[in-house]
Order: sequence, then C-alpha cells, then structure tokens
Amino acid sequence: MATVAEPHEEQENPLVEGLERLPVHPTTLVIFGATGDLAHRKLLPAIYNLAHEGALPERFNLIGQSRSDKPHEDFKAEAKESIEQFSRREADPKVLEALLDHVRYVPGSFDDPAVYEQLVKEIEGFDAEAGITFNRVFYLSTAPAFFPVIVGKLGEYGLSKCEGSEVRVLIEKPFGTNLEEARSLNRDVLEVLDEKQVFRIDHYLGKETVQNMMAFRFANGMFEPIWNRNYIDSVQITAAEDLGIGTRAGYYDSSGAMRDLVENHMMQLLTLLCMEAPVTFEADDIRGEKVKVLHSIHTPTEDEVAQIAVRAQYSAGMSAGEPAKGYLEEQDVPPDSTTESYAALRLQVDNWRWAGVPIYLRTGKRLARKVTEIAVTLKPVPHLAFEQAGSVGVQPNQLILTMQPNEGVSLSFGAKIPGTQMRIRPVQMEFLYGTAFLSESPEAYERLIMDAMRGDATLFTRDDEVEEQWRIINPIVQTWAQTPGPLPQYTAGSAGPADADGLMLEGHHWRSI
Amino acid sequence: MSEHVWGERDTTPAAIESALRELLKERHAEHPGFVPARVLNLIVVVDRDWRGEIENRLEQVGRYNPSRTILCSVEARRTTLDALATLGSEVDPEPGSDNFALGRERIVIECGPEHLEHLDTVCDALVVPDLATVVWSPHQHPEAVDSLKRLTQVVLLDSVEEPSIESGLRRARELAERAYVVDLAWLRSTPWRERITASFDPEPWRSELRRIAGVTVRHHPESGIAGLMLFGWLASRLGWKPGAMIAEGGSLHGNAGGGRQDVRLRLEPDATMRVPGLAGITVDTASGMSLSLDRGPGGLTAKRATRKGEQSQWTVMGASRGEGGILGEGIRQALLRDPTYAPALAAASAMMA
Repeated sequence: MATVAEPHEEQENPLVEGLERLPVHPTTLVIFGATGDLAHRKLLPAIYNLAHEGALPERFNLIGQSRSDKPHEDFKAEAKESIEQFSRREADPKVLEALLDHVRYVPGSFDDPAVYEQLVKEIEGFDAEAGITFNRVFYLSTAPAFFPVIVGKLGEYGLSKCEGSEVRVLIEKPFGTNLEEARSLNRDVLEVLDEKQVFRIDHYLGKETVQNMMAFRFANGMFEPIWNRNYIDSVQITAAEDLGIGTRAGYYDSSGAMRDLVENHMMQLLTLLCMEAPVTFEADDIRGEKVKVLHSIHTPTEDEVAQIAVRAQYSAGMSAGEPAKGYLEEQDVPPDSTTESYAALRLQVDNWRWAGVPIYLRTGKRLARKVTEIAVTLKPVPHLAFEQAGSVGVQPNQLILTMQPNEGVSLSFGAKIPGTQMRIRPVQMEFLYGTAFLSESPEAYERLIMDAMRGDATLFTRDDEVEEQWRIINPIVQTWAQTPGPLPQYTAGSAGPADADGLMLEGHHWRSI
Repeated sequence: MSEHVWGERDTTPAAIESALRELLKERHAEHPGFVPARVLNLIVVVDRDWRGEIENRLEQVGRYNPSRTILCSVEARRTTLDALATLGSEVDPEPGSDNFALGRERIVIECGPEHLEHLDTVCDALVVPDLATVVWSPHQHPEAVDSLKRLTQVVLLDSVEEPSIESGLRRARELAERAYVVDLAWLRSTPWRERITASFDPEPWRSELRRIAGVTVRHHPESGIAGLMLFGWLASRLGWKPGAMIAEGGSLHGNAGGGRQDVRLRLEPDATMRVPGLAGITVDTASGMSLSLDRGPGGLTAKRATRKGEQSQWTVMGASRGEGGILGEGIRQALLRDPTYAPALAAASAMMA
C-alpha cells in the first residue's frame, strides 16, 4: 500500500518531490553584449530551447543590452532570426512569440549611467506589471575588460542586491589573462557581490561529457581501487582541433592555446580526473575537492618551464586533403606573432594518490584530427610468461575517456591471437554513450543558464579555483612572453611538434592523434 | 535512412534471432561505424487491424526510439509465426569519418491468439539480455502481458484507453503489483504538475498550498483518469484524505479532507479538446486566491486573482509534445523511477472506491 506524504514544513514545497524539472523563481535575465556572436549563436537559442521545453521559470523576461542603438522591435527581430538559425530544434512560432513578448532592449555603452538607469526602470517595470519581485540574473557576455566596469555599475545603481529576490551574475571566460588580472577581477567583483552570487562560466563544464566523468568515477566501484599511483603509470589529456583559427585572430592571437584551453578546460578535466570523492554533490563540496587537486600542483619555476612546457605554431600543410595555411599566414595574424597554436605540458599532482604519476596535457589547432580524450595508462604486469615473438606483444592496459567526437569509454586489454601459439595483441572494449541513452543532450549553455537561475554553482568556477589555475599556468605564459620567437613549427594536419616528445618521461609516448 | 531486412514465413524464434545476428554482422562488415543502440527492449502486442496506427505512433517518438522493438501483431485464426526483421539507422556512417551510425532493430512477428499465452517463449530469444524490457499492449491482450511477466521490468499503459476510469485504475494497480508501470495518462499530466508546482513555489504563494479549498480539472472527454490522477497527486503530496467522487451530468465531483478545510474536487469534460489529456485546471484557496492554467498559444495561459480583486495573466511557455512525444516520454520514463506515481494512484483509487 502506497503511503500518503506527511505534511511538510510550511517553507517547503511538497509538490516538488519526483519532478524532473524543478521550479525556478520568476526571473528577469539581462544579457550584456546581447548583439554579440555568443548571444547570437548560443545564448538566445539556448533560452529559446528552454522555453520550448517548458524549462524556463514560469514567468521570464529577457533584456538585451549592447552598444548599438536600436529599438526593442529591431532587437526582437534579430533575436528571432538567431533562434531560427541556431536553435537545435525547429522553433515553434507560438512559443517564440510568447518568449519575444517579454523581451526588451537597452542600448548604450557599458559605462554609461543612462544604461543602468534604464535597466532599473525596465526591471522594476516587469516587477510592477507582475506584482512580484523577479530574481535578477545578469549575463556578462562582453569583452573581459568590461567585467569590472559592469559589475561596478550594477553596485552603483543598486542592481547588485534586491530585497526579496536573488541577484546573480554570470561572467563569461576568460576570467583574466594572468594571475594578477584574475585576482584583480575577483577583488573588483567581490567588492560588489558575494561569491555565492557569482557564476564564472567555463562552458565546458556544462557539457554532459564532463559531468559523466564524475558519474564514471564516483558511481562505479570497479575503478576506484586502481585509481592511484600504485596502478596508474601516466595520464594524457588531449584536446586537439583539426581546424585553424579561422577568422578569430583578433581573440586568439592575444590569447594562445595555453590561455584558450589549458588554463581553464583542460585544468578542469585534470581536477575532475584526480579529485577525491566529494562528501556530497553540493557545489562547494565538489569545488573544494577540485581546488585541493590544484593546490597539490606546485608552481613551476622559470627554470622548469622549458622542461615541462612546449609551445609551437602550425606551418602550412595539408588538412583533410586540402592545403592549409600556416598560423602566421592566417588573416589578421601579425607576421611576427609569438602566440602559440599548440601547447603541451607535463604536470605532477603531489599528493598520496597521484605522486609520481606524470600528467601530460596537450592542445592545438590544425592537428591531424579533432579529439578530446583522457588516456589513463596502467602500469605493466610485473611478470610476463608469454612469448612476445610474432606479435605486437602485450601492452599496458589503457582506459580512454573520450569526450569528442564520440563520447565514450574504451578499455584496451591483451587478448590471444587465434592459433596454435600463445601470442597476444591489444584489443579494445568500447562503450559509446550515444548507444545507451534515449535523450538528446542539452546544449551546455542551456544547462548553465538554468543552473545559474536556480542558484546551483556546481558547474561554475569558484574564485579560489580560478586563482589556483592561474597560479600554475601564469609562470609558463610569463616565461614564454619573455622568450623571443620565432616559435617551433609543426605542419598543419600533423600530430604536433617533435619538441613535444621531449616532455615525455622514459618509456612514455604521446598517443597518436 | 538505410535498412537491412530479413523475412521468413512459418519461422521460429531461433531463426529470427540467428537472422538478426547475421544482419548485424553484415551491417558491421559494410560499415565499421555502425553500432547497434543498446537502451531497452520494447515488446508491443497489437491487433493486426490496428497495427498501422501503433506503428505510426512509434514512428513519431523520434530520438526516444527503443533500441530493439518486437512488434507482435495478433491475427485471428493464425497458427504460424511469420517474421520480418529490420536493421536500420538514420544515417550511414561516412567513410573515413569518426562519426558512428546508431542502429535500431525492429522485428515484426505475425502471430495468432494461441501464441499469446506463451508469448514469452517467442520473445525470450529475441530480447537483448541485460537491457530493460518494456511491454506495451495497447489493445488489451492481458494474457500476453501475463505471459511476458518474467521478461518484463516495465509495463507501458495508457489508462485513458481503458473503458472507464475505474477499470483504468484497476488495471494500473494490477500491473503495478508485478512491474514498474509507466502510464501515459500520468505523463500527460506532467507539465501540469510541474506548472502547478512552479506557480505555488514563490514565497508569497507557497503557504497557499495549505489553504487549497477547491480544484477543478477540465479534460478531454475520455481523459478523466488523467484528471483524477492529478487529484491523486495533489492529495498524496499535500496530505489530503481522499473522499469518494460522485458522477453528475457527465462530471465527477467530490471532496478531500485537507488539513485546514475540505477541498472540493471537480472533473469537467471539455468537448472542445481534440487530443487526449488535460485542458485546464483552476485552484481556489480559502484565502480567496484563484489560479487557473489553460492551454493557450505558446504554452499555458495562467491567470491569478487575489482576494483583493487583483488579477494578473501570463503565459507559461512550452511547446506541446503531441501524442508521439507522450509515447516517446513513456519510453524514456521506462529508464527512470517516479516515486510519486504509486501514492497518486493509491489516492486516486481511493476516490473511486
């Protein structure tokens, strides 16, 4: 006989139990930089998809803010176009109309007081019209230089706090371009906001694939006993792109591979791979464990940089059967640029679990293939009774967690080649997530926008996490900045520069890309 | 869309299973990027005359397609088994590409009524081991569902298709004793349950949950059970004591014992509704607040009126899932567990006792 629920505390909502889609307080979302590329391609389509699925708060308003001067109606027309072009599902005209009904636009530069006066008016207008106080979420999708300006103005105009509702601020990456900038930005932001109001976006964390790493590690007992220095020989984390920088030279040449991917995405993968099991899956428990991993990686000295880090640029070559330009020949890249399109790194996590296990990271543009994976190589068996002759021989087991292009897990192990002799070769046991689930994964931005509106910071980077990441990466980018070019080259379409092999400790090799 | 097909008249389960393995090998040899989906088995038992309609519904579930579907089409007086096995994928893997093509298997078995009592011996060889097996028998055939009991973890049911609310509830309870039940009628109320929850979630309104004095649900004339399940859900979540519902002029009405006051419950058929499910809901509270949600353009039209006469109206956005979407959701739910269904079913049953 099923039981009837006990009456709950007055403050709780007893209807929430069992629902997949939890209620979110009515929200007004303000996007700064609403006419930019990110808003156009990702944010507005993500918001539409949430509306389509009935996942947005029951009452929702959107205010676009950007420099270009245009009326509400023009912004709505542009938003409609973006959604129709980039939404992962065909737009339902009636849902789209309902969404656009509650869209406003506020033009002006980010330091213009009139912008914030108008924002106050629009936000309070929505409140008055509905007779409730909406939560306020501000999404900073602007150039990083404007982050402190906008946050400062939010504080100045009383938009950083609101009696009876929550105020949250999402800040896009990059969160600083070095340690000093990250610290300074944290100081500026936290002068106005509490840390729990701040949601630093690394959209990589919103991907199902990354969250699956936590499920893989902490929902399966079979890997935990071997997940340590006694059984693991080395780890390789690869984020390879087959494309060049395209038309993004403006951003990329001032950033480079280390800042673009290693400092944030790849360090996040490293922490998820190496962290201890959190006590709960609450945001601060998880982020606390991740910070401990970063804390266990020592700050490289200037002398160490050449031994643990390699940078390079792609030269002209062939990619996917087509001629490909070199990095220095790409549109808008200065011919004497010393920005790296490839970065590789060897790190050590100095704690009881990982001491002595080298962790290799590499990322690059115009490599042979697009792949993001973590390869965990186990130590070889202590004694081999088999003949190796006539076969490729016994290889150490490898566990590969693939994020792109096909999310999955594969395990290599030795198997006997059929025949009269005991000859062994490695074979793969492969699992693809796509074969085992029915649902289409939501876009990372859908997940992150919803989490921020709900106030769940699990998939966002905390202040100390960002600073710890920069503490490790900063000496490398600083040393590189002081080292004159030209940079080592690797041919477009190749596996990367030969210099990267120099990072490998004895007996280790990069996996083929 | 590309397919490999095998068929045989007067066949056996072993022959079908062997043919499926061969199809998989052939397909994989042609395209190493071909990978069969391994999510769940779905056994569907249908009357041959209505097979097309069910197949159409299955076509509409889109990405929620089960990995292996075994459609048992029952034809009067048939004594032999004919089978058609299809191995298909939405796309072929591109040569040299890393992308894979996800394959799905569909087996149609033409069988007779005499096979149904032992349908498990036909299907046993055909289900992928270690995957959850879901049974859906939209044209009754309880003997087939009984026979498949040992293979089944989940039974898909659409209780609105039962002859009456009482029989729908009874059927759901019977099935729930032996497997996890996913009732499409329950899933039709999911968006409503989510929106009622959200509407009462903001602090000023949450305390009103304890003051609910009346709930009226408007529904498709044949979807009364979906409305009753909504009452059952409210009763079980809010601790109401279910009272008996009484029929009156096509409607059902009754009372439930709330903590502070009785709650008037009313089910009203809406003849203008073209699809199964709910048309609207109105919740009145003892403090004079009234909230209604009704189907509208782009989602649900919400209206709230307070005791002071303040009124507001807004749209809770969301696209209709359609009947294909409901079935797809049913298949997806087979992999999940909803802890609120059984208490809601018990409370709804108590209202019709």
